Amino acid sequence: MSERKIRVLVAKPGLDGHDRGAKVVARALRDAGMEVIYTGLRQTPEMIAEAALQEDVDAVGLSILSGAHMALVPRVVELMNANGQTNVKIFVGGIIPDEDVPRLKEAGVMEVYGPGASTEKVISDIRAAIPTDR
Amino acid sequence: MELAQAVLNGDRLALARLLSRVENATPEGLAALDEIFPQTGKAHLLGVTGAPGTGKSSLVNQIALHYRKQDKKVAIVAVDPSSPFTGGAVLGDRVRMRDLTGDPGVFIRSMASRGSLGGLAQATAGVVQLFDAAGFDVIIIETVGAGQSEVDIARLAHTTLVVEAPGLGDDIQAIKAGILEIADILVINKADNPAVGSTERALITMLELAHPVRRVFQHHGQAFEVPAPENSSPDESRIWIPLIRRTVATEAKGLPELLEAIGLHVAYLRESGDWARREEARLEAEFDLLLREGLREHFRQQVADEVVAGFFAKILARQIAPREAVSQVIQRMQA
Repeated sequence: MSERKIRVLVAKPGLDGHDRGAKVVARALRDAGMEVIYTGLRQTPEMIAEAALQEDVDAVGLSILSGAHMALVPRVVELMNANGQTNVKIFVGGIIPDEDVPRLKEAGVMEVYGPGASTEKVISDIRAAIPTDR
Repeated sequence: MELAQAVLNGDRLALARLLSRVENATPEGLAALDEIFPQTGKAHLLGVTGAPGTGKSSLVNQIALHYRKQDKKVAIVAVDPSSPFTGGAVLGDRVRMRDLTGDPGVFIRSMASRGSLGGLAQATAGVVQLFDAAGFDVIIIETVGAGQSEVDIARLAHTTLVVEAPGLGDDIQAIKAGILEIADILVINKADNPAVGSTERALITMLELAHPVRRVFQHHGQAFEVPAPENSSPDESRIWIPLIRRTVATEAKGLPELLEAIGLHVAYLRESGDWARREEARLEAEFDLLLREGLREHFRQQVADEVVAGFFAKILARQIAPREAVSQVIQRMQA
């Protein structure tokens, strides 16, 4: 049948007012041939983990502009692990201070993309991280 | 197989994973469909279709909330289009379904159409079977934003809702063939729009043209009665005349009336024997399709490609007619 599609959840946890960045990434992943599940603004970590489970995604992209990433991101990781989704790659985009990046990676995040990051890099990182024979 | 057993035991992670394998038509996914098949055939399959922007996702959200009040387990299969150029997709139906999160009695799955043109994906029927076996009472299938001919949903679902919104077209749109004909219930969503009256009149007119048994109509504000035509069915109760319901999904208006209409349709399907007939037609179509695929595969194993190519060369040279070539090729298979 058709080749296996990479499925990515793009979500915005927390109270950010707009989702322009998240939409740019969603669109770029779509144009790279991936299936992007888009959930919109103001998602709780619980909502994100539940959507990731039901949609059986390969990767989750979290876009956070509010500064609450050190509270929100580890919580998402924790909930997803509790659901048994330990192999799902998690990446973060938005306004993340440099000193927080290693801490997020320690918490289980694959990569962090700040303002100006290229969508090509996001795409190639995702492709590299996800086995195609699943 | 463990995954299928886990699904039957209510394991949501196993269900999510098996849904992917069914969607990708992997050998494991197809074998699981075989295994769970005896457990299917219990759920009510509710199709929701209509043009983009009519409010299908918001309506599905509300319908699911109402079924949850009746303690029914609800699965939602939401299909969105794949890009014909890249094969990618943005599946955004969950944005309108956030009221349903955190409820273990609801399972939402987004699907990309992956090149299918009928409003569903090729694997949608398999995904629905898996939800059925997993014990969901109602499975709501939301099609891609459909235009005029995406009518696959009527073959899959027991009850098909066609969602309209006021102001989307004049009354000639209502008498064109296609999507309106498959409606068991016509939903006029966004009914707080002042144009709702003219949309409803256009739909009623369309229904009266299609169903001559209907006897009361309005003319200049007056009700007229017309006797049923001689050639109409003597047993009027056996004919389902599509119901029209108004809703404002974003404000949760009109939902009890819509749910009641769906209930009436289910009762009609049961009493008239249409439920069984629809199941029969669907299974027959599925069996027929798989039989053809299987025979084709069997044929390819029995007859070398070069033999087929040889016959085709003769057809091209006008030495043998296509029909004659087919019968000779098939004789080789039997030999």
